[in-house]
Amino acid sequence: MRLIVQACILGLLTGGVYALMASGLTLAFGIMRVINVAQGAMIILGAYLSYSAFTVLHIDPFLSVLLITPVVFALGVGVQLAFLRPLRREDRQELSLLVTWAIALGIEGVLSILYTTTYRATIPSYANSSWRVAGYQVSEVRVFAFGLSIAILAVLYLVLSRTRFGRAVRATVQNPTSAALLGIDANRISAFGFGISVATAAAAGAVYGIVFSFNPGSHYDLISRLLTIIVLGGMGSLGGAVIAALFMGMAEAVLATTVSPTWSSFAFFVVLIAILVVRPQGLFGVRERGAL
Amino acid sequence: MSRIRPAGLARAAVVFGGLGAFPFLLPANWIVNMAVFTLMFAGLATAWNLLGGYSGYLSLGHVAFFGAGAYAVAIMFQHGGIGAGYTPFFVLPLVGIGAGVVALPIAWVAFRTRASTFAIVTITFLFVVQQLAFNLHSLTNGSQGIGMAVPPFPAATYERPFYFAMLAIFALAVFGCWYVRGSKLGLMLFAIRDDEDRARGVGVQTNPAKLITFALSVGLTAMIGGVWAYYLTFIYPQFAIDPLITIGAVLMVYLGGKGTLWGPALGAGILVPAQQYLAYRLGASELYLVGYATVFLVVMLVLPRGIIPSVADRVAGFRGQGRGGVLAEDGIDVSASQGAGS
Repeated sequence: MRLIVQACILGLLTGGVYALMASGLTLAFGIMRVINVAQGAMIILGAYLSYSAFTVLHIDPFLSVLLITPVVFALGVGVQLAFLRPLRREDRQELSLLVTWAIALGIEGVLSILYTTTYRATIPSYANSSWRVAGYQVSEVRVFAFGLSIAILAVLYLVLSRTRFGRAVRATVQNPTSAALLGIDANRISAFGFGISVATAAAAGAVYGIVFSFNPGSHYDLISRLLTIIVLGGMGSLGGAVIAALFMGMAEAVLATTVSPTWSSFAFFVVLIAILVVRPQGLFGVRERGAL
Repeated sequence: MSRIRPAGLARAAVVFGGLGAFPFLLPANWIVNMAVFTLMFAGLATAWNLLGGYSGYLSLGHVAFFGAGAYAVAIMFQHGGIGAGYTPFFVLPLVGIGAGVVALPIAWVAFRTRASTFAIVTITFLFVVQQLAFNLHSLTNGSQGIGMAVPPFPAATYERPFYFAMLAIFALAVFGCWYVRGSKLGLMLFAIRDDEDRARGVGVQTNPAKLITFALSVGLTAMIGGVWAYYLTFIYPQFAIDPLITIGAVLMVYLGGKGTLWGPALGAGILVPAQQYLAYRLGASELYLVGYATVFLVVMLVLPRGIIPSVADRVAGFRGQGRGGVLAEDGIDVSASQGAGS
């Protein structure tokens, strides 16, 4: 029992980081109907940028988030303009899967050239310290990572619910045609939306690099989990993605302690199959349009 | 029943006659080796097109079945069931049928979703199978991989049996696609691709059609995986269930023309030799990945509909100038109906 509670704490903290990663993915789907298979590669890119900022410039990985996110935001806007916008509207959904997969391969290739394929990790001085709360070990880094993820998610929520831009995004998600008729510039929303979605991925990557070791190929591992999370939460549903991420983080950790770490990623697949059989549209998905 | 048209028959005769004579005309080992891989991808792409091109369901997890076929042959080999020499080729039909049967429940779950979600579920499935290959240690040796004895074929013509095995499966895939296109199943698939809800509304049995097509497509894929494993005589999980294999085959389908009969093979004929050349020139796999990504992006942006539909459009448009070319309006359908009897 103790072990399971410990696993739940660990899983919840990891789940918070997954939530940040998955929220960008589901947001991009909501706005543009684009599934960004490169989201995992963007996370790993963020992890490497933060690793370099730490080892070369000695910037704390949590501070480096401020540096990395604008860079990756610009990259995201560039990718959207150069590769996603030219796709024809009627087959954008399927072609975007392949195009973003190619972008993931490109990022993986560039990172392998620059950093080789050795596993790395960003290790700040506090990497191994932890608190004891009611007899349970709580790693400091994971708490900070969780806190940062929740903070960024809160900002994202405020932007979407309180600003003019956010209202335009939500309108586009709910009904792109009406939104365009009301004078919302869909191209601008898509470009900024995609930029934000990969910037959150890079921010998550910076903290991912402290908690886990990674190499350029690690993005496959991430994307398979994140895709499961957004299907589970309901495609395009931000709240669904967050809840699904927290749940999956815990399920994975519990399976790792009770069964075996090598089988822990199966938690994702078992839950995915169960959900598809019972409720194919996901926990919070609606059949027609995404809800934000 | 599909109609056999003289032009189509002649085209098939030229292609398969040429491919049959190829290893005798150019017997150098490295050339036949490249041809084996070209035929392998031509087969994979044609099999993928049966589902992805005709029904519009984008599966990105086909390599899971490729790997399953590879492991099936390797495991049978290891446990002494199938002997050496030519006998492993004879179990391939069993591997294909087995994969098709195993695929049915998986497909049933995956087909509860549509469009992008279906693609996501198939990607996830790919990683499930890869993980299984790592974790089921007693069966697959995990990350150490499985080796098979090198078959006792004469060195000068060592590649030839594998070449003809790949050719046979490729021919089977093309025949299957041609037959399906002209059959009721093909019409059902085209209806599903165009508008699944309306197809269901008018009484098309969409679920059986999708399940049968999925099983056919992955059965062929698994057979190709079996030949591949025996050709390399050594497989391990990251290599046998490499997402690049599926994504490569899909790229070839898009390059040649999705939903056409010969497009996928044409795409393979162009890309595989180019790929091998790139791998040979660039050597390091990192640069190779970047090169691959670049080719992919260029194809997607410049020729998203593929060579055959684009050329067919031009030809139809050119001819249509004299006869009020309405046909050229709807690219994919033109090529589909034109290629139907080929």
